[in-house]
Amino acid sequence: MQLTLWTYEGPPHIGAMRVATAMSGLHYVLHAPQGDTYADLLFTMIERRDARPPVTYTTFRAQDLGRDTAELFKEAVAAAHARFQPQAMIVGASCTAELIQDDPGGLAKALNLPIPVIPLELPAYQKKENWGASETFYRLVRALAGPPAPRPAREPGRRPLCNILGPTALGFRHRDDLIEIRRLLDSLGIAVNIVAPLGASPADLGRLGDADFNVVLYPETARSAAEYLKKSFGQPFTQTLPIGVGGTRRFVAEVAEIAGIDPAPVLDGPGSRLPWYSRSVDSTYLTAKRVFVFGDATHAIGIARVAARELGFTVVGLGTYSREFAREVRAEAAEHGIEALITDDYLDVEAAIRAAAPELVLGTQMERHVAKRLGIPCAVISAPVHVQDFPARYAPQMGFEGANVLFDTLVHPLMMGLEEHLLGMFREDPEFHDGVGPSHLGGKSFGTPADGALEAGERAPADTPPTSAPVPILLDRPVATAWSPEAEKELRKIPFFVRGKARSNTETFARERHLPLITIETLYDAKAHYGR
Amino acid sequence: MNAPLIHQPPCGGIDLHQEQGQRAVFCGLTGIVWLHRKIQDAFFLVVGSRTCAHLIQSAAGVMIFAEPRFATAIIDERDLAGIADANEELDRVVTRLIERRPDIKLLFLVGSCPSEVIKLDLSRAAQRLSGRLAPVRVLNYSGSGIETTFTQGEDACLAALVPDLPREVETAAPSLLVVGALADVVEDQFLRIFAAMGIGDVRFLPARRADTMPAVGRNTRYLLAQPFLADTARALEERGARRLPAPFPLGAEGTTGWLRAAAEAFGVAEAVFDRATAPGRTRAETALAPHREKLAGKRVFFFPDSQLEVPLARFLARELGADLVEVGTPYLHRAHLAAEIELLPQGTRVTEGQSLDDQMDRCRAARPDLTVCGLGLANPLEAEGLSTKWSIELLFTPVQGYEQAGDLAELFVRPLRRRALLEV
Repeated sequence: MQLTLWTYEGPPHIGAMRVATAMSGLHYVLHAPQGDTYADLLFTMIERRDARPPVTYTTFRAQDLGRDTAELFKEAVAAAHARFQPQAMIVGASCTAELIQDDPGGLAKALNLPIPVIPLELPAYQKKENWGASETFYRLVRALAGPPAPRPAREPGRRPLCNILGPTALGFRHRDDLIEIRRLLDSLGIAVNIVAPLGASPADLGRLGDADFNVVLYPETARSAAEYLKKSFGQPFTQTLPIGVGGTRRFVAEVAEIAGIDPAPVLDGPGSRLPWYSRSVDSTYLTAKRVFVFGDATHAIGIARVAARELGFTVVGLGTYSREFAREVRAEAAEHGIEALITDDYLDVEAAIRAAAPELVLGTQMERHVAKRLGIPCAVISAPVHVQDFPARYAPQMGFEGANVLFDTLVHPLMMGLEEHLLGMFREDPEFHDGVGPSHLGGKSFGTPADGALEAGERAPADTPPTSAPVPILLDRPVATAWSPEAEKELRKIPFFVRGKARSNTETFARERHLPLITIETLYDAKAHYGR
Repeated sequence: MNAPLIHQPPCGGIDLHQEQGQRAVFCGLTGIVWLHRKIQDAFFLVVGSRTCAHLIQSAAGVMIFAEPRFATAIIDERDLAGIADANEELDRVVTRLIERRPDIKLLFLVGSCPSEVIKLDLSRAAQRLSGRLAPVRVLNYSGSGIETTFTQGEDACLAALVPDLPREVETAAPSLLVVGALADVVEDQFLRIFAAMGIGDVRFLPARRADTMPAVGRNTRYLLAQPFLADTARALEERGARRLPAPFPLGAEGTTGWLRAAAEAFGVAEAVFDRATAPGRTRAETALAPHREKLAGKRVFFFPDSQLEVPLARFLARELGADLVEVGTPYLHRAHLAAEIELLPQGTRVTEGQSLDDQMDRCRAARPDLTVCGLGLANPLEAEGLSTKWSIELLFTPVQGYEQAGDLAELFVRPLRRRALLEV
């Protein structure tokens, strides 16, 4: 048993859902109790997808356990096939169904459906989300890529053809990385055969063997499948992560070598702004900033390299929750002269950050919280994803544009930190009085009484004299309108994000009616008066 | 799946259907998200799988709380294979937790689907740990998705509290107990109204702190503030408390009916009741008027989610003039909702249970003006051109009582207003 406040990865069937949701024409029947349907909202709310994931849950209940959950599963598979008419299906169990041992694969097979039905064995009590995604993708490729065949040599004059493997639904910036990498490959004169899982259909997987080689963007999800394709179709696959300027250049060189073409058109091209921005004198203050990096293996390794070699930071901590890639992360940590932290225990990561005393944390949403508590600037560089990790703008992490994005992502928190530091230094100056928060945290309105939009705690007690703030421009606000202590107390119970508005509305209401004292009654009369 | 609809004989004039099939609702673990905010010195430890941990973390979008008062003891292979003694493991995890959080006074061990299936006896564990960790009290309940849907987790939690509540002396004067988690501000509003009616001894379950939980006895009269508290009600009845049948305090009408049930039980004179409730009723009317213009005649479809659907539908239909296309609810408690069912428009289609794909087909065919649904369905339906209101917000926002009637209406108006505003 492991005490877990936050988890970096979901259970393995979530990984299978990321693959199924990324694809078209595939349906996943998951033997699972109703609570497991929460997974839909990962896709519809966090990623803002416009359709439900292609998943049918059996949603069995306690009363079904005494009867026939296997029958329920078979009915669900048959109904899903009839309704959605997929090209192929995957079937499996979530953690609870694994315990009741209904054998989804065998049950589905017994239905003799006219389409491929691929059983998934995803041990929920041993494995996690990324492993589940990788295993699912591997099983799909194995089942659907067709019989192994040697690769014929490419005819002279034909453009090299590759597959791009790894991007999934709910992936950290996968959407934009894919655009960037396609652009790079296109500039090199390489055509893309299939991208999978994202956007591929089961039929598309049948054409994977047509490509000359595979580009593996996220080894967490695609390495097993790429190894299978190498063995079965003789397709080599890329090993380099195109993260940062150096990573992207090495990636281009590797791809060009595999494809037997000249990388010069891309390597001699405009590339990224990062090198010049990093050399620009205003970046001098970045020198040897102590950074702590934690994330999935791909991003932790890639970002650590960028931090050290492209921005001149000192990497004082490097770790991952991807145990499957511990070896790679340890090797990278050794390059920085440190020992890697391989753990999925949020409390261990917190302790390691505390001990390393970094000036910048590059991590996941969890490390963002730790950093906030410790007062350290932070940028998010890896899954687990949050709605903020699906920005409307184009924001890849890979390729040359990805390097530009990384420069901004990694440097901005430090600039914000600097601003906060200055605010702290000049706190007593009239322009920087206590009521003024850092500008990037949203402004407090000018003048002390109003509640700011991002007020975190309780307001200062009413008897505390206001700080030596400059006299605000006097609004039409006679001093006569006073709050009774009860009303003031009641006001504080109103959620902070509407409290400011409630206060000003009530005061306006009282002023207009010449009420000398705001009581609880006044507060609610005003509330009713203004409605919305 | 896709079982044919079983048409039920009429139930209080409504058109009741029961449906079986795929459900799209949370499990009872989700209740932890608001319960831990309500009971401020309680900690909720789910004994479950990685899925449980992932659910609470992502479903509620609780990433905003840096150090939450809930966690999961994740069962792993070693526990299942019997290599590790699950009870020893649990003790170890709880000890680590309590050391880290000495501010915790009440610990709930929360059962899950896996812990239920492997029959991990959490009630014995809770007893054992209560002895060891005193003065920290350890209780247990099940939030598992094979036994509870969504808000039933709160029911299970409150029901677990009941046997532990102090015993009220036999000779005590009658007291009023309000049952179901409400926002503090709402509780205080109700307290003032009850005081104005002359009912001074009013208690709340759950209380805000572990050591202020209300005493219960034969002279306790209780009002349910939430419609999903079947087990809690049963446990209270076993302690001798008696329920005051009432509609739920959603909207002005529901609030008046709810308060009136207390007034009648405590012998409050009509004039006193009127005086105590008149300001609230007037204000609610003022606040509701602008929203009525926007919701009148609007066709509303409810997917089953929180069991609040029936009272909410009643409010929308009677106080705002909306038309009800279908009112889905995971479970319809005939007795607790009797007053609500009475108030629903004649012939309202109420669907108990769910067959998700069929229900989505009906919703698409009906093209309602507003669809109230869970988070998993909202964006897909919006993408199909339907306006939606996520139902979970109705649990996180203070919506009960006169002063919130306008806010509640506004929650339904906002999606329509927003759609009208957007030009792109």
